[in-house]
Amino acid sequence: MGDIKLMKGNEVIAETAIRCGCDGYFGYPITPQSEIMETLMLRRPWEETGMVVLQAESEIAAINMVYGGACCGKKVMTSSSSPGMSLKQEGITYMAGAELPCLIVDVMRGGPGLGTIQPSQSDYFQATKGGGHGDYHLIVLAPASVQEMSDFVVLGFELAFKYQNPAIILVDGAIGQMMEKVELPDYTPRWSEQEIEEISGDWALTGKKNRKQHIITSLEYSAPPQEIFNHKLQRKYKEMREQEVRFETIHCEDADYIFVAYGSVARICQKATELLREKGIKVGLLRPITLYPFPTQAISDLCSKTKGFLTVEMSAGQMLEDVQLAVEGRTKVEFYGRMGGVIPTPEDVIEAFEKIFSI
Amino acid sequence: MTEEIIIAGFGGQGVLSMGKILAYSAIMQNQEVSWMPSYGPEMRGGTANVTVIISDKRISSPILHFFDTAILLNQQSMEKFESLVKPGGTILYDSNGVSTPPTRRDINIHKIEGVRLASESGNPKTYNMIILGAFLKVKPIVQADNIEKGLQKSLPERHHSLIPMNIEAVEIGMNQISTVHLLP
Repeated sequence: MGDIKLMKGNEVIAETAIRCGCDGYFGYPITPQSEIMETLMLRRPWEETGMVVLQAESEIAAINMVYGGACCGKKVMTSSSSPGMSLKQEGITYMAGAELPCLIVDVMRGGPGLGTIQPSQSDYFQATKGGGHGDYHLIVLAPASVQEMSDFVVLGFELAFKYQNPAIILVDGAIGQMMEKVELPDYTPRWSEQEIEEISGDWALTGKKNRKQHIITSLEYSAPPQEIFNHKLQRKYKEMREQEVRFETIHCEDADYIFVAYGSVARICQKATELLREKGIKVGLLRPITLYPFPTQAISDLCSKTKGFLTVEMSAGQMLEDVQLAVEGRTKVEFYGRMGGVIPTPEDVIEAFEKIFSI
Repeated sequence: MTEEIIIAGFGGQGVLSMGKILAYSAIMQNQEVSWMPSYGPEMRGGTANVTVIISDKRISSPILHFFDTAILLNQQSMEKFESLVKPGGTILYDSNGVSTPPTRRDINIHKIEGVRLASESGNPKTYNMIILGAFLKVKPIVQADNIEKGLQKSLPERHHSLIPMNIEAVEIGMNQISTVHLLP
């Protein structure tokens, strides 16, 4: 058993990064995720585990420092919020193209543009559909509690190295700013040079010594090899879709209607589910935990016995499109959303639900 | 048991840290907690509020519209939250900070002269602990010794010498609260 603490979601990201043997964090401050770097700076992990923490001159510099660290087989990460994530996209697509593992944390705020600092989920498209240019995907994890903020740092690094692909924790400012009970993991030492050699020795830049030269690039000079490489990436994404889908269902077994929601909105919908069931209305909740790969099959399997899905998001309807693709017109897919940093209450969700389905 | 609480007052009154101490104390007795602050471009002297939920089971929404208990420390908070207490719920307010007392008769109402008691105690910074004591008198959801443990966990060690003073403040609150309206 690890330590039990009361912590903010953002602080937990930092604390777990230190504990899970992260080698380096590179970032640039932006609300509502500034506590991540603040906590790291206060904890001074360079004195404890040797982890580097560096405030870069910009988001662009930070993601390229991550690129550099990842090239060497190191466990490296960055974090930012919506406008900062837009700046990082070039570095992210280069890392996806160079097949490099890293962990990115996006604590979303209301947009577009500079937007508001209050919670939002309006970067779903950016995180799940690429964000930068080219045919690529990130592994997208959506925590709904402070505990999952801790768990998904560990999981994010694990999946990033398993697939040699950037992983992103996509979370709204509410989970970043709230405090809950959390059980932190025990300390795992940072990888030694020898361990890096064992884990990533066939690609990482660890010093040429007597082995074959390693080249890390996202550049091809002619079309056919680029297409071959792109097919390789697509096979990797297919494997993720087959192996890594994670979701949670609550009261779906006998539900006439099902909410689909992630992050803090899933918690709000869970409360709405409890209150509606008290009134005798059979509703359930499907919470995608991985947004990419998306739980398409799980939603598809629920279609035949469901009168309708209500997708609830703090956006104009982005995950909605993935739910529609899973349902393929077999039952109703409706939407309720709030934007710009406005958080719906369970009562708002119930009111929308009853109006939409005429209950 | 699930208790859904809103604590609201001025920034600087210790609203957020009172919520944190309450939450830590509940963790000490193995309960689930969530602490959700209002956050935004806030400043000192502006309003601050925090939703604290304490439960024996997993907590669903940390964001709520209606509350079991509202702890209201200024007039603005009274105006905003009086109507959002569930029927049968409880309001505890500081009569030194609230100029228009609540008028509802479908809830329990208690008051305490928090500002006066804090300044008379000689330790005005323990204001929020006086309020916490008053709350625990009407809703004894955390045990007194867990408050002390909660303080030990939530305060940095260099401030542990201040814990007895804070416990005294909790006792002042417990003794000085008065009931305005009690449901049958």
